[in-house]
Amino acid sequence: MTTMSSAGHTRRDFLYVATGAVAATGAAATLIPLIAQMNPDASTIAAGAPIEVDLGPIAEGQVIKVFWRGKPIFINHRTKKQIEEAQNVNLASLPDPQPDSARVKEGHAQWQVLIGICTHLGCIPIAHQGTYDGYFCPCHGSVYDTSGRIRSGPAPLNLLLPPYEFVSDTRIQIG
Amino acid sequence: MSGHSLYQPQSPFMKWMERRLPIAGLIHSSFVVYPTPRNLNYWWTFGGILTFMLGVQIITGIVLAMHYTPHVDYAFNSVEHIMRDVNYGWLLRYLHANGAAMFFLAAYVHMFRGMYYGSYKEPREVLWILGVILLLLIIATGFMGYVLPWGQMSFWAATVITNLFSAIPLVGEPIVSWLWGGYAVGNPTLNRFYSLHYLLPFVIAGVVVLHIWALHVAGQNNPTGVEPRRDTDTVPFTPYATIKDSFLMIVFCILFAWFVFYMPNYLGHADNYIPANPAVTPTHIVPEWYYLPFYAILRAIPNKLMGVVALGASIVILAFLPWLDTSKVRSARYRPLYRQFFWVFVVVCVGLGWLGSKPAEGGYVIAARILTLYYFAHFLIVLPLLGLFEKTKPLPNSITESVLHGDVPLGASAPPPVKT
Repeated sequence: MTTMSSAGHTRRDFLYVATGAVAATGAAATLIPLIAQMNPDASTIAAGAPIEVDLGPIAEGQVIKVFWRGKPIFINHRTKKQIEEAQNVNLASLPDPQPDSARVKEGHAQWQVLIGICTHLGCIPIAHQGTYDGYFCPCHGSVYDTSGRIRSGPAPLNLLLPPYEFVSDTRIQIG
Repeated sequence: MSGHSLYQPQSPFMKWMERRLPIAGLIHSSFVVYPTPRNLNYWWTFGGILTFMLGVQIITGIVLAMHYTPHVDYAFNSVEHIMRDVNYGWLLRYLHANGAAMFFLAAYVHMFRGMYYGSYKEPREVLWILGVILLLLIIATGFMGYVLPWGQMSFWAATVITNLFSAIPLVGEPIVSWLWGGYAVGNPTLNRFYSLHYLLPFVIAGVVVLHIWALHVAGQNNPTGVEPRRDTDTVPFTPYATIKDSFLMIVFCILFAWFVFYMPNYLGHADNYIPANPAVTPTHIVPEWYYLPFYAILRAIPNKLMGVVALGASIVILAFLPWLDTSKVRSARYRPLYRQFFWVFVVVCVGLGWLGSKPAEGGYVIAARILTLYYFAHFLIVLPLLGLFEKTKPLPNSITESVLHGDVPLGASAPPPVKT
């Protein structure tokens, strides 16, 4: 106590502040594992690895549903009529304008691959329903065309596209 | 919880105990001799009913947890196992499921009573805010409990509600993934919801203790909104409040039992008896009735982010009620204009609930927008202005005067307590 002075900072003040700062940092650091444990774990991430899908068995006009990372992926083998309809749309009339060519891989216009989750509140749309022969969400009536673009209803965006590529003419890898 | 205890232990053991842990004295001063306004009506019994319902939910919940399996492959079947195989499992589950609905019913009555009689006003602001925190906690607890049976409605409720966070700019997607513990609602989600659903009721119980503490510091409001001034304004908690609370609790239990034994699935949805299927959404997703007004507000706003903001604001705004209501007079009994606006507000809330159960299309959306606008206008325009312009009726000088109307005792009113 002899070193205490009424004016200015003492060595003891410094030690108090330094101790408090270390304690606060330590307390904050303990939050990291407590919060991080809730993020996707290693097995979930491993299970979310890319998947390969054989397109061979999918007949023209058929829509199949596969799961990747717990999300339904729609693979639509589109007919010529559907492709033409999707391409000949006045883009200015769309709520979320996007040409059909930007939503399929070049040279594979017959294959439409989509994440089958309505962009409104996350419901699963039904294929081959609605006015555009595309997808119809039963929850709140959003209608998508064969390109997965929103045409009417409350959904704000087109159906999202998963990352995927063609490994051969009849096989794709999603992810 | 109210000052020095008047408790006089009789037996040698209680005398010994009182000098070491004066819990009997605490109970005596809080729930026996505690002075309550003599004019409390039956709307004041719902706090006790809520405490009782919390106990019912905790007890039935703990025993259900002994038979339930929180895993996506077993959860649905374990609930059916409770219904068919576990002794009295059907009863315990129906008590728990319908108990949640009864809990919300009592909570809403309790809140509307507070609004009608101005119970949130000085010096009871903290008491009211603790109540809003309790509302948020029971909403979260009820939602997570609804997910546990892992039926179709459970799964899609979890999907839609967690997706609300995706509306947050920039960090929305990482937050949703963090909540799920995966790329979609799945087993990690079910596990953590189970853990939190078990935890939160005890957090609620803790906040209830604070709520009752704050109540016993400020004292109860009463139908006149005039603070007790003399001894004749109050009666002891026991037997007066105890008996009144008990009576309505029994009446409330009759309603509860009617649902449990005669229409246990009336408030639920048939879709939740279909096991969760991530590939198919039920055609009509609706939350439980007690979330419908908030759901209607969410869907009334055409913008996703603003809808979520409005949903949150509709609850958070309640916490600011003590300062949004500018009137000095508490009770709607002496506020002729506020009394009308109060009932309009009740009708708007019920109307929003009805609209929340309807598909979000056409006229329903327009009506929901109008009512949502009114909901917020009630707090942000009506209440601040009413306090400035309303001509209130004269207040009685005391609770006793309002009850006795010139010293003629009414049959129904309690006699003044005997001075001790």
